[in-house]
Amino acid sequence: MSQFIFLMNNFLRKQNFWFVFTPYFWLVLFFFIPLALIFKISISVSEWGMPPYRDFIDFSDGGIKINSTLSNYAFIFSDSFYLRSFLNSLSLAFTSTLICLFIGYPIAFYVAKSKENIRNLLLILLIIPFWTSFLLRVYAWKVILQGSGIINVILMKLGFINEPISMLYNHYTVILGVVYTYLPFMILPLYGYLVKFDLNLIDASNDLGAKPLKTFIRVILPLSLPGIIAGSMLVFIPVVGEFVIPELLGGSDKLYFGKIIWDEFFVNRDWPIASALAMSGILILVIPIIIFQLMFAKYNFKNE
Amino acid sequence: MNKSLLKIITLAIGFMFLYFPILTLIAYSFNENKRVMLWKGFSLKWYGKLFQNEQIIEAFLISIKVASLSATFATILGVMIGYSLTRISKIPARPFFIFLSSSPLVMPEIILGLSLLLFFISSNHLIGFPSSKGQLTVLISHITFSVAFVAIIIQSRLSSYDKNIEEAAQDLGTLPNKIFWKITAPVILPSIVSGWLLAFTLSLDDLVVASFTNGPGANTLPIVVFSKVRLGLSPEVNALSAIIMLIVIIAAVFYYLINRSNIKK
Repeated sequence: MSQFIFLMNNFLRKQNFWFVFTPYFWLVLFFFIPLALIFKISISVSEWGMPPYRDFIDFSDGGIKINSTLSNYAFIFSDSFYLRSFLNSLSLAFTSTLICLFIGYPIAFYVAKSKENIRNLLLILLIIPFWTSFLLRVYAWKVILQGSGIINVILMKLGFINEPISMLYNHYTVILGVVYTYLPFMILPLYGYLVKFDLNLIDASNDLGAKPLKTFIRVILPLSLPGIIAGSMLVFIPVVGEFVIPELLGGSDKLYFGKIIWDEFFVNRDWPIASALAMSGILILVIPIIIFQLMFAKYNFKNE
Repeated sequence: MNKSLLKIITLAIGFMFLYFPILTLIAYSFNENKRVMLWKGFSLKWYGKLFQNEQIIEAFLISIKVASLSATFATILGVMIGYSLTRISKIPARPFFIFLSSSPLVMPEIILGLSLLLFFISSNHLIGFPSSKGQLTVLISHITFSVAFVAIIIQSRLSSYDKNIEEAAQDLGTLPNKIFWKITAPVILPSIVSGWLLAFTLSLDDLVVASFTNGPGANTLPIVVFSKVRLGLSPEVNALSAIIMLIVIIAAVFYYLINRSNIKK
């Protein structure tokens, strides 16, 4: 019997060991080390050659010389071009998250409130665009808004305009494209919280004499807050780094953060600047979000 | 009456907004005219052209291969993470492990792509692996960003179901790995399936990370499509969209039917 327990413990330990070790190893190797590497390159000195930055530790002159600099950061923070593109991305993310919330909330709410068989059908209808290729859904707007596109044709047939107006390649089209492609990311988490919501609470609030608006603000909104936050995160974070939508639908009126990193790397081949931009993005955006999520998780935990 | 009218109008406008662009694209895939928007008559010409386009066919096959491998590995790793975080108390540097397994979720893909590319180049310089950028590097990158999504699905399932069942089995002397395969795995099977599907779509959909990490012979479908539509319109891409929509709709109908029969049970 004792031998049996020993074997069992041994095996448990082994299985547990591999269950922890394998993903741990993978993520350290392919997630953490790459991030550490862009940090290293961001404080390296650029130079011509391959790789286009100086070695971190230099033994060549007989002594040890550490080539490290903060000048890349000083450069990107002193040039308003980079700062402006980052602010453009933040404002794009903020605006489109708000619009997604305003459009998505009523849809999620009414889908969640529908009768069960209709609800499942509507849910499928929400999931279909979610599954359809992101790239193709962006491209669809390019087709629609084209000079000879369907919107222009309709407007001309109705006599509102005489010749096609140009609707593509400005930052409004970018907002439209972002709202369209990210809307399902807002609706689905909202739906997830609203569907668990007990409809009797609305009736109770009404019976107690609250006006619909008050019921909404005091009862429905607080209870769907985790869904609002989850949906907003799913829209806001990727949009800050968004590259594809501005590239396909945007013009030269506004430059965005994702595009700047892309160009610094692929066009200018300035790896240290691209890395410094990426690191700044992580420091300004990602770390506050991680802290916020941890705090929110704690707050939720306390409330339950 | 007023309220249900408001509901119907809201839903109608909402779904029209979601479907109008996709349906327009499908309609124009049957357009005879080469200039995408001017309607010249019904035609299946672009479908023929699409199936003769070797570049697109090859990219499609590469995408399917990378996506199914990536989804499979990401699911294995994701299940391990979900299990570790909910069932194993002794994890060295646990907060760091949690950080590693959740922060890919909030990392913009452009930063992820850049860091992985720089990593592959450096590791090639240092140890000669990976020898070149290609399908393998795209696969590794896709696994890395998909793991976190699978892990969160598995984790939420494992933390919501009753641990006592496993403990009861343990008290009755069942071996731990038998507990895992006979109790835990079947319980989380639906989550494993949805995790796999999510990882599959994430990989199939990814353009940015693949653009950084791809190399010769690893042009995935989004990369080829992007290069075709970046500067203009392409009737072949319209036809491709229609086919993809058809596949998605069939999958969704299946999902709906399975779900409905599950609910009835």
